[in-house]
Order: sequence, then C-alpha cells, then structure tokens
Amino acid sequence: MTAKRKPLYTVVIYPDWCKGCGICAAFCPKKVLRIDHQGKARVDREDECINCGFCELHCPDFAIVVRPRNGMGSSFPEPIPGTAATPCAPPGAAASPPSEAAQSPEPKKA
Amino acid sequence: MAEVTQLIHQYLRHNKKFPLVFCPGCGIGIVLGSLVRSVHALGIPKDDMAVVAGIGCSGRIAAYVDFNTVHATHGRALTLSTGIKMASPHLRVLTVMGDGDALSIGGNHLIHAARRNIGVTALVVNNFIYGMTGGQCSPTTPFGSYTHTSPQGQMEKSFDVVEMARAAGANGVYRGTVFHAKALDGLLQRAMSRPGFNLVEVLTPCFTQYGRGNKFRSPVEMFQWLKDHVVPREVYDKLDDKAGKIPMGIFVENDEPGLEQRHAAMRQALADKGGAGS
Ligand SMILES: Cc1ncc(C[n+]2csc(CCOP(=O)(O)OP(=O)(O)O)c2C)c(N)n1
Ligand code: SF4
Ligand code: SF4
Ligand code: SF4
Repeated sequence: MTAKRKPLYTVVIYPDWCKGCGICAAFCPKKVLRIDHQGKARVDREDECINCGFCELHCPDFAIVVRPRNGMGSSFPEPIPGTAATPCAPPGAAASPPSEAAQSPEPKKA
Repeated sequence: MAEVTQLIHQYLRHNKKFPLVFCPGCGIGIVLGSLVRSVHALGIPKDDMAVVAGIGCSGRIAAYVDFNTVHATHGRALTLSTGIKMASPHLRVLTVMGDGDALSIGGNHLIHAARRNIGVTALVVNNFIYGMTGGQCSPTTPFGSYTHTSPQGQMEKSFDVVEMARAAGANGVYRGTVFHAKALDGLLQRAMSRPGFNLVEVLTPCFTQYGRGNKFRSPVEMFQWLKDHVVPREVYDKLDDKAGKIPMGIFVENDEPGLEQRHAAMRQALADKGGAGS
C-alpha cells in the first residue's frame, strides 16, 4: 500500500448526483471508496482499484466513473448528445447467460 | 468498465432533473442502468424502443429514458403495450411495472398478456411493497413481513411471480436482482431478443418503505440480503436446505410465435386467398 505506483484507473465521483447510499463503499472489494462527513462517496485509495466495475454498475445514481488511466477522452458524466449508435463497446454484452441469442436483427442506426 | 456511466448518459433525457427522484440506495436506478446497457448491447436504435410504464416509483423509469415512452395508468401498462405491439410490430416494446402495478390492479392483464403471448417484454420491478403510495402491502409482500397495512405481519401468502407467469403460459420467464447487475443485463438481453411474451422479475430493495419496517438498518444491508439469499437456479436445485433461498436465472424459454406474428401470418394467408386480409 505504501509503495507509490501510478494508479492504473481513475475513479471519479460526481458529487451532485451522489446520494451517499454507501453501496459503492460497502461492496468495493478493495475498499477504494468511503462515505465522507458530508455524506458523499469519496475516492480514498485510487491506486488499489482493480477496475472490477462493481461500483459503476451498482451506483443507482450513475455518479461513478471508472476508467483506465490511458483511456481516451473524459468520461466525466457531462450530458453527451448521442445517438443509439455509439462507438462504445457494448458493456454487459459478454455477461453471463446469453451470447448466441443476444444478437439483434436490426441494423445500427447510422 | 470505463464507459458504462458515460454510455448511460447518452440514453437519458437531459431536460429531466437529476439526480433521479428515487430515494438513496433505491435499486430502481440500477434497473434503469441495466435496461440502458441491454438496449445498447442489442444495438436497438432509440426510435425502435417503446417503453411503457405503469404508475409507481418504478414507473418513473419511463420519464428518464430517451425512447418512445408512455407513462400509462396504474395497472394498465400491459394493455397499452399490447395495442402498441399489434399496431407497430417493428417496435421493441418493454413494459416496466411495479409489483403492485403488475400483480394487484394489473394482475388480470398480466395473465392474459402471457396467455396471448403478445410480443412484449415485461419487466416486473419487485420491491415487495407499494413504494410510491407509502408502504402498503402488495401481493408479493412476504408472509410475516411488516408494512403499514400489515403492522402485525403479513397474514396473506405471496405470489411467486415466476411461477405465476409460467402457469399463465409466458414464453420466457426470468428472475434477476439488482445486486447481480451483470447477470441481470444478460437476462434482460435474452428476454428482449426472443419472440412472444417474456417476463423478467427483478428483486430490488426499497429501504424507505420496506426495509425500515423489517429490521434492515440501511440500503446496504438489503443489498447484502440479496447477495446472501438469491442464488443461481442451478445452485438452488442442488441445495439440500432450500429454506430462505431464492433461485434466479432462466426458468422458461419457449419459441412460440408471438400474437402479432400469428396475426401477420393470418393476414398473409387471407391475402394469398385474395380475401380482405390485405
Ligand atoms: C387506478 C389507480 N389506483 C390506485 C392508484 C394509487 N397508486 C399509485 S402507485 C400505487 C402502487 C405502487 O406500488 P408498485 O406498483 O409496487 O410500485 P412501486 O412504487 O413499489 O415501484 C398505487 C396503489 C393509482 N395511481 N391509480
Ligand atoms: S453508490 Fe453512488 S449514490 Fe451511492 S454512495 Fe456510491 S456514488 Fe454515491
Ligand atoms: S471498480 Fe471495483 S475496485 Fe475499483 S473502485 Fe469500483 S468497486 Fe472498487
Ligand atoms: S419509496 Fe422505495 S421504491 Fe420508491 S424510490 Fe424510495 S426506495 Fe425506491
């Protein structure tokens, strides 16, 4: 823990959207997060983050962004005018049960 | 993981007020996230999605997503969905209902939607209580649980949503939880990409109305409860002591064509005969 290495992932909390429910802090396997005295989640030990994604998937208010250090652009939750066809890799596509059936016949919107 | 949150923002209506109206730690936000990730993963264009929601906290989901949406009346979300699917079969219709919405006032519509096998995905957000109206017991409130209308403990038996949907003839029946969010994504994608009526029950904590009255001290404890008590169906089937455990996963998966497909086939057959079908 004391060895100073550059964190591999950045964990960003968007305080305006955080309601301090504590789910992220309670279940983070590496205890990266805690709830501060203002009742908001706070990133304490960013260098311990293993990018498991639990906090990002389970924050009910979309107030957390985890992203690789060398990632492109900011994923800070600014409103993004978007279309359905996004360049993002489909998250959850490789999730447990499906695979064969998960393909949609519709073409992506240009 | 990186772009998950960013991705969700692309599907939200930015003219709505944020943060979400839900209480701190309410699982409905996680359901909303899962819904968005699933639609994205399936590559469904926003304009091809129709989300119909009933009244209740869970019904608020429809207000936030940038799809075609209807905030229906209490209990009638499936009736509107049926009409939408019959009139516009190319739309992917997703119906979001609370447990009260789907099984009390809308119970009759639920069993008949399943019987008809209308091509709609029903997402039943089961928080075991009437959240929005102040914590009355619902048909899924577990036996013995405390609510404002069962202060001595619920005396009635509760519905098992999965068994009910199965008995009514649903083409696909699934159960997930908001704690198992990744698995929930998978179940939702599966349900949305299959023909006919598919129902996904999602167990989700309502700390405000249910948890506080039932000895939970925080939303976190309710998530822990889901973690401890809900197990994959394959594991559940092998358990010697099933008491207190709840299975999740895929329960029914048939390939019967949906009502709208049968209707189209009938029209085609009539047209081929030179009748009034076309
Ligand atoms: C016809 C009609 N009857 C009753 C109500 C009052 N009402 C609003 S929401 C609700 C129940 C909500 O419970 P549930 O469907 O479980 O959703 P939750 O809020 O728990 O997500 C009721 C009875 C209503 N709006 N309309
Ligand atoms: S899960 Fe989200 S809303 Fe809850 S404390 Fe963490 S960042 Fe805040
Ligand atoms: S991604 Fe995983 S390890 Fe990193 S902060 Fe979130 S929950 Fe903790
Ligand atoms: S009352 Fe319950 S279901 Fe409604 S927003 Fe609050 S926690 Fe969620």
